Amino acid sequence: MAIVRFLIRRILTGAVVLWIVATAAFFLFFARPIATVAHQLAGRAATPQVIAEVTRNLGLNQPILVQYWHFLDKLVHGNLGFSFYTGQSVNQMIKQDLPPTVSLVVGGVVLWLIAGLGVGIISATRARSLFDRFSAVAVLIGISMPVFVIGELLLLVVFVPLNQHGFHWIQDQYAGPSAGIGTWIGHLILPWITLAAVQAAIYTRLTRGQLLDVLGEDYIRMARAKGLSERRVVFRHGVRAALTPVVSQLGVDVGQLLGGVIVVESVFGLNGIGQVSVQAIYTDNLPVIIGFVILAAAFVVVANLIVDLTYAILDPRVRIA
Amino acid sequence: MSITQLEADAQAAEGAPEQAIEGRSQWQLTWRRLLSDKVAVVSLIIIAIMVALAIAAPAFAALTGHPATTAYPNTGESAAGLPVGPGTNGFWLGTDGTGRDLFVRILYGARISLFVGVVTTLIATVAGVTIGMIAGYFGGVVDTVLSRFVDAVLAFPYVVLALALAVVLGPSLTVIMGVIAFFSWAGISRIVRGQTLSLKEKEYIEAARSLGAGPIRIMFVHILPNLLAPVLVLSTLYIPQAIIFEATLSYLGLGIQQPTASWGNILGDAQNFYQQAWWYVVFPAAALLITTLAFNLLGDGVRDAMDPRTERLFAAARRRKADRARRKVGKRGDLPAASQPGEA
Repeated sequence: MAIVRFLIRRILTGAVVLWIVATAAFFLFFARPIATVAHQLAGRAATPQVIAEVTRNLGLNQPILVQYWHFLDKLVHGNLGFSFYTGQSVNQMIKQDLPPTVSLVVGGVVLWLIAGLGVGIISATRARSLFDRFSAVAVLIGISMPVFVIGELLLLVVFVPLNQHGFHWIQDQYAGPSAGIGTWIGHLILPWITLAAVQAAIYTRLTRGQLLDVLGEDYIRMARAKGLSERRVVFRHGVRAALTPVVSQLGVDVGQLLGGVIVVESVFGLNGIGQVSVQAIYTDNLPVIIGFVILAAAFVVVANLIVDLTYAILDPRVRIA
Repeated sequence: MSITQLEADAQAAEGAPEQAIEGRSQWQLTWRRLLSDKVAVVSLIIIAIMVALAIAAPAFAALTGHPATTAYPNTGESAAGLPVGPGTNGFWLGTDGTGRDLFVRILYGARISLFVGVVTTLIATVAGVTIGMIAGYFGGVVDTVLSRFVDAVLAFPYVVLALALAVVLGPSLTVIMGVIAFFSWAGISRIVRGQTLSLKEKEYIEAARSLGAGPIRIMFVHILPNLLAPVLVLSTLYIPQAIIFEATLSYLGLGIQQPTASWGNILGDAQNFYQQAWWYVVFPAAALLITTLAFNLLGDGVRDAMDPRTERLFAAARRRKADRARRKVGKRGDLPAASQPGEA
């Protein structure tokens, strides 16, 4: 019963957050002189009449509150509107651009969890060892590297030489799994590494710090005292407790990333949510921008909800209220 | 290391009572610990060199004879219109896609990066500390409203929104710094709020209040000095974040605009040439990485110097390791003493 009430309340607050984000995005972009869009659409030597007609067709001549009302009306019916330029529906665009982003995030998550958790656990159990020192340096380099620098360097030192020597498996651009799993991986392996490198650094640091804290707790000493093997102490008693913040971080990150991995997508030309929304921003394509912002916010809201639920499962002390 | 040194100092002082014992403030101790940390010192030196190079950028432009925004189509581009490599025609690190001197542009980029990094962090820190302190000190409705606001800022899909703001307000240095500061203060605010919550319950705050000190005085005179240590650590670590943020915005073409040089927009242009001109990617990337790495290492050094507790944590880990080694010996039955029941 408590969980139902919790879910209802969270879904309601989530809806309010989405409404705030949508409204903020709407008015933020409406503040821009929309005339530029009509000008561009109407062509180079457009007469004022043509521009006026284009503006009317797009519905941009109506008062802002009327437009806002139409926008909200469509939104609650699940219609995010149509692109100013191509007339394509935003829902359709999302369906089309989501697969590259999801592929990128899923593969990236797998890579960075393996690397981050693995290195983090080893570093924490062997604090101040040579391994720990090396991993600390690697973590710092990862954190200090802007994502696009990693991407460009990978293109420079992996993609270019391999393709010059006639080895064409690793590619940029996106190819779906339907083109064959091997092709899919070949097209995404560099983006995955790029995305995972920075995240793995953050997760290593987080896991190591949490596990070090937990391993200093009394109940760990207790577990050791009753003669459990070190492996059991670390994994059953240590890692499980240390993972809770890692899980919550993972949820937030996945939510953020599904809304568009702008930089990685731009570097490798993946044409996912992120890259398309940046293009929409360049061209003042209002419905597309708002649609994608709402989508991104929805992912964040849902991810937070899932995190809270997982928390309750992982940590029995957390009560859902 | 430094602690043993201090102990040695103390012993020396005991041995020679005529020698006056020098009083050292917390900040002096921190500074000494920082200077004994080799990595932190090297990072400081690297940052100092970067700052010096950034300040001297016009001097280098004069020295090479290549102003940052002048293109050299004849000497700076190959016959095919591509950038020329390092050392060619007096271009130390080669040229960029429009035949401008890459070295000079990287130096001018350093000006932007360092300026944005430091100034936005300052703005974000001042805002974050003020808001966090107010929320933590007053509590109640004030806290609820401010904290929800902080949550909202942290929950927004900030990259998209930052890009959107940059476009809507028109990309300029001020806008970029405003955007970065807007998305940085919330994290600082949250931590400051937590610290303030615990500090305000301390007896000395109560004492100050009973002496008639107002909230402003208590916050800025009594609480703020105790917040400086965590805030300093946090801000040092925010500088590289701000530098990366600016570079990312500029890389996407929504930050610093051509012809003004920034590491981000140099790397953004370089993307069209990476197949032909490795130097165009490698040198600005190296400059960026070295700078952010130096700031991150310095930040870690500052944290360790301020909080010797981390050192103690490792000491505890070492002790446990020694215990375990001893236990292993005990298991073999040579030393039965360790496993006596009731001893723990």
